[in-house]
Amino acid sequence: MRALPDAHAAPHAGSGGHETGGNGPGGHGSRRGYLIGFGLSVLLTAVPFWLIIGHEFTHAGTAALTVMAFAAAQVVVHMIFFLHMTPKAEGGWTLLALIFTVVIVGITLSGSLWVMYHLNANMMPMSVRDMRNMP
Amino acid sequence: MSAAPDGASGGATVFYVANEADHHPENGTMIGFWIYLMSDCLIFACLFAVYGVLGHSYAGGPSPATLFDLPMVAVNTSMLLLSSITYGFAMLAMAQGRKGGTLAWLAVTGLFGLAFLGFELSEFVELIHEGAGPQRSAFLSSFFTLVGTHGLHVSVGIIWLVTLMAQVMRGGLTPANQRRLMCLSLFWHFLDVIWIGVFSFVYLIGVLG
Repeated sequence: MRALPDAHAAPHAGSGGHETGGNGPGGHGSRRGYLIGFGLSVLLTAVPFWLIIGHEFTHAGTAALTVMAFAAAQVVVHMIFFLHMTPKAEGGWTLLALIFTVVIVGITLSGSLWVMYHLNANMMPMSVRDMRNMP
Repeated sequence: MSAAPDGASGGATVFYVANEADHHPENGTMIGFWIYLMSDCLIFACLFAVYGVLGHSYAGGPSPATLFDLPMVAVNTSMLLLSSITYGFAMLAMAQGRKGGTLAWLAVTGLFGLAFLGFELSEFVELIHEGAGPQRSAFLSSFFTLVGTHGLHVSVGIIWLVTLMAQVMRGGLTPANQRRLMCLSLFWHFLDVIWIGVFSFVYLIGVLG
């Protein structure tokens, strides 16, 4: 999956022997690429805001899942059009670092929520009197 | 590489980069900076996890639905999104070797960043005045920590941006300055990606209760 902007990369006049442009994180991309990314981002931001402010959902769980789906899509858009991620950037090492991070982030988030939810669910119920007498 | 020992030519051996001007921007900087960003991502993941665990512990205090002003957050989000694309335009101007254009777009980016910070700080001040400061409940502690850490990153990004503007003004678009601008570009777009998580997970889903 090659980032779209590269085909239209701006000419590198005066960039003095600089080879990373348009290729990998920090590359320059193109005006068209940035505008496409911006348009998609505006859309992917505006829709969830509209859905939540306008109370378009009756079920909170569905609303949460929809918002998270839009967020994930927007993260991918930013990665491609703004951060210029490609599988080939830096010989694939940036992608590898990203995949590793995503795995760790997934373990951290899901593990914390899972463990702490069960910890809460399995705690002994505490009365107001117990709370007052806490050490 | 300029660091190559040149003892054969008769002079003293030099093991450091003697002249930055002919120092070629190596790929090592970008991959290194990317790995820093990934480690920063892990910090935010931990703070998101903390918010996910404590986000419903109101301690009898206010909940997100009564506190958060979503239209305000939408304006704030658009500030950061606009600053992202103006930074992109600065990078395009840099690629074309236009120093003035680069500086102008960087200045616009900085102003959008400042606007974002202004909105965020006014929100914080308002919350604290309503008695919903970070010490009110576990929910508010984790909220202020997560959003505050992001705001701190944006502040540092603005200081970095001003520093680079001064360096570009003094030295022009040298390869070294271009490399620095590319690092800040990654940092700035990365902060926008983190903000996507904040406005979705903290504000939009928080209001659902």
